Amino acid sequence: MRAAVVVFPGSNCDRDMAVALKAAGADVQMVWHKDAALPEGLDLVAIPGGFSFGDYLRCGAIAAQSPICQAVVAHVHRGGYALGVCNGFQVLTETGLLPGALMRNAGLKFICKDVDLRVATTDSAFTHAYHAGDIVKFPVAHHDGNYTTDAETLAKLQAEDRIAFTYVSNPNGSLADIAGVLSDNRRVLGMMPHPERAVDAGHGGTDGQALFRGLLGQLTQA
Amino acid sequence: MKARVHVMLKNGVLDPQGAAVQHALGALGFSGVEAVRQGKVIELDLADGTSEATIAQMCDKLLANTVIESYKIEVL
Repeated sequence: MRAAVVVFPGSNCDRDMAVALKAAGADVQMVWHKDAALPEGLDLVAIPGGFSFGDYLRCGAIAAQSPICQAVVAHVHRGGYALGVCNGFQVLTETGLLPGALMRNAGLKFICKDVDLRVATTDSAFTHAYHAGDIVKFPVAHHDGNYTTDAETLAKLQAEDRIAFTYVSNPNGSLADIAGVLSDNRRVLGMMPHPERAVDAGHGGTDGQALFRGLLGQLTQA
Repeated sequence: MKARVHVMLKNGVLDPQGAAVQHALGALGFSGVEAVRQGKVIELDLADGTSEATIAQMCDKLLANTVIESYKIEVL
């Protein structure tokens, strides 16, 4: 699998993402926000966590207008896969590739801790290596992770089985405990918790490995 | 010309920051503050003759996230 990790000014999980993808066997290239094109023959583009452009205006809003994001949108419209984690999830909602928005945490505090998540669907390349209902532990580190959308979109996400992960104990006020959602073609996943920070036993847990390993299996077959 | 854009969370979208400010005003002894909504004001210096439609495009594309926010344009 060929993967690219986008780097914005203020990204801080880009190298973690690259390490997690490489550990799963992917060939990884870093791409800069000013690049107008993604590498040829790419299977997956990953948008990492961090504080792109200082979170100015709204988290992810400026990044979503960068040249590389135009290429990411085109990649997704061609049927390419994309993974956005934390700030990457915010960027994907700001581009319109995923529905909804991430608001300030209901408790107004920055939350940095491990949380338990329920795998809400295994029907995606990102989650098929888990079992439905599995509880996994990933770190969260965000100030704006309070997922919201209108009632109609929520009903659609539920009816189409597009909620990928939910919080077992909701830390941030997210609507319907949503921690991650899939696009309508199930090839774009955005999530606030960090699977790439849960791939090394030395860092407290390896529950994130299945996401990256599973992805590799699916995409090489695709 | 100058324009001022007011961006607010849409009605019905819970505003945790506004709620915290309301609580703090109550703690300071100000009674009767029934609700607080917090938004932002963006001032634009524009070439003369910029149309309100163009400013609306700026709002739709960048200045506001219309999933959760509404905006009001004030040409000064």
